[in-house]
Amino acid sequence: MSSSTDFLLALEEVTVSFDGFKAVNALNLYIDRNELRVIIGPNGAGKTTVLDLICGRTKVTGGSIKFKDQEITGLTEQEIVRRGIGRKFQTPSIYEDLTVFENLEISVPRGRGVVGALFWKRTPDVVERVRDIARTIFLEEQLDRLAETLSHGQKQWLEIGMLLIQEPELMMLDEPVAGMSISERARTAELLELVSKGRSVIVIEHDMKFVESIADRVTVLHQGKVLAEGSMDAIQSNPQVKEVYLGH
Amino acid sequence: MSAVPENNRNLELIGIAAVAVLILVVLPLALDSFRLNLVGKYLTYAFVAIGLVLCWGYTGILSLGQGVFFGLGGYCMAMFLKLEASSVANTKIQSTPGIPDFMDWNQITELPFFWVPFKSLPFTLVAIMAVPAVLAFILSFAMFKRRVGGVYFAIITQALAAVLTILIVGQQGYTGGINGITDLRTLLGWDIRTDHAKFVLYFVCCGLLLATMLVARGVIKSKLGRILVATRDKEDRVRFSGYDVANFKIFVFCLAAAMAAIGGAMFTLQVGFMSPSFVGIVPSIDMVIFCAVGGRHSVVGAVIGTLLVNYGKTAFSESFPELWLFAMGGLFIAIVLAFPRGLAGLMTDQILPWIEKLRKTPPAHPDPATRPAPAE
Repeated sequence: MSSSTDFLLALEEVTVSFDGFKAVNALNLYIDRNELRVIIGPNGAGKTTVLDLICGRTKVTGGSIKFKDQEITGLTEQEIVRRGIGRKFQTPSIYEDLTVFENLEISVPRGRGVVGALFWKRTPDVVERVRDIARTIFLEEQLDRLAETLSHGQKQWLEIGMLLIQEPELMMLDEPVAGMSISERARTAELLELVSKGRSVIVIEHDMKFVESIADRVTVLHQGKVLAEGSMDAIQSNPQVKEVYLGH
Repeated sequence: MSAVPENNRNLELIGIAAVAVLILVVLPLALDSFRLNLVGKYLTYAFVAIGLVLCWGYTGILSLGQGVFFGLGGYCMAMFLKLEASSVANTKIQSTPGIPDFMDWNQITELPFFWVPFKSLPFTLVAIMAVPAVLAFILSFAMFKRRVGGVYFAIITQALAAVLTILIVGQQGYTGGINGITDLRTLLGWDIRTDHAKFVLYFVCCGLLLATMLVARGVIKSKLGRILVATRDKEDRVRFSGYDVANFKIFVFCLAAAMAAIGGAMFTLQVGFMSPSFVGIVPSIDMVIFCAVGGRHSVVGAVIGTLLVNYGKTAFSESFPELWLFAMGGLFIAIVLAFPRGLAGLMTDQILPWIEKLRKTPPAHPDPATRPAPAE
């Protein structure tokens, strides 16, 4: 079952059941290096659950998840993060009582132990790195603001920035444009273009226009299984997909 | 809003300086030795309140069992002092001379093994902080690694307070039972019961308290402090930033325990005894109230809150002893409803902006005169 692969991420026969209900059922999913994959599907298809399984928030009932050909099921969330997987949540998940700068600084992948954090120094390279990322996520002017005062869209960007500063090889974004205005969506698409350079990205999205604008390959999930996979055009003309998802 | 964190940090230093002036200069000049010793006793609770600021205010871990750590620190100190007071010469009328009197009353004829190392002062000083920290470590490791938190953790700490009290009361021959360890006399031959000794010990207590405040402030200002705040608000996110959240919680809980223990040891030295009534659930909750009244996000607030509530307790219970408990309960409810951030929050959110508005001058550093009112 667990074969050796060249994929960055390989899910094989992954199953998770909650009290007998199989939210994800014998799922196979392969992500290439440098790929931007969009996962779509109706509500309850198991999209968010798949991300939860990959990042260790939910434990698999069966099957294997390999990252860079190493099994990651059973690792804790922080261990998986340190292997190089970053995760953005559906609702912006940032530290509201800290400033934008501090939010990004905490996310710098250094000084992660108790001692390291206690004697952390805000060195010039850290400051520069934070400024770089802030520029990328359009928040350069907001570094000293408390994160809770940001707009919804800015919070979404901040969370993306917090992932970016960890330099993950795989980034997983759960509905990054939810609740954004049209202009914010356009900038987010621009941002995704930029961040997907040199790494793989998995995006869960409902907004089909946005999906069209970013996707290389699309995976359609339905009832915990892959219903279809392919280019955007192929997916849109797939009769099964139309029936369960795009049709209505 | 954006200026608040930076401002708060400056304020906190000014506040610590103000507390230093208050407890090192104003109170010693204004109070007689009896009242000053009383203040010294109150200040020992402030160590606990500072620990609660770190673990409750900053990290969101509510502990209703800090009395355990206060008590353990106090008992370690008391064991050393008791052994010194129980020299063969002092206890020659006992059937077994050379052991503490309460052991003799309980037909124990040999010093129990865990008492023996407390003949050494260096060992005792280490044990004062190490014993509570180790217990805190075991408890918090077991809980936080399993991700038990919130109310469940609070209940467990409360259970621990109950268990330890029952243990101490039940094992009379080893612990002194309900009366505690009393009749402490000297520290390396220095009589701690005299007015002069109490005066000296008061300043030792003040020095340790100020050092503890600075340590707490250092922790809060470090990146670790920001991780604690982040953990309180979004524990999941912290994991996904690659941190092992449990380790940080364990650290801060152990640190709070060690701080409480220093307070307990200073209590024993200044008050001259230690008993299970400072270990149990009621004192543990009292300490949470001190912290809440002063402001659980402020180290200075916690100290001022402790002083004010205890001053109120003494003044009120001298005149209306039966009403005090109601007043204390009412105070807690009022604070939670009206000023959830306590006196310190009242200061930074209401009074300072108001003064700033009155002055209408360019906002410089807040004036030292605007510090919290002295606790007398």
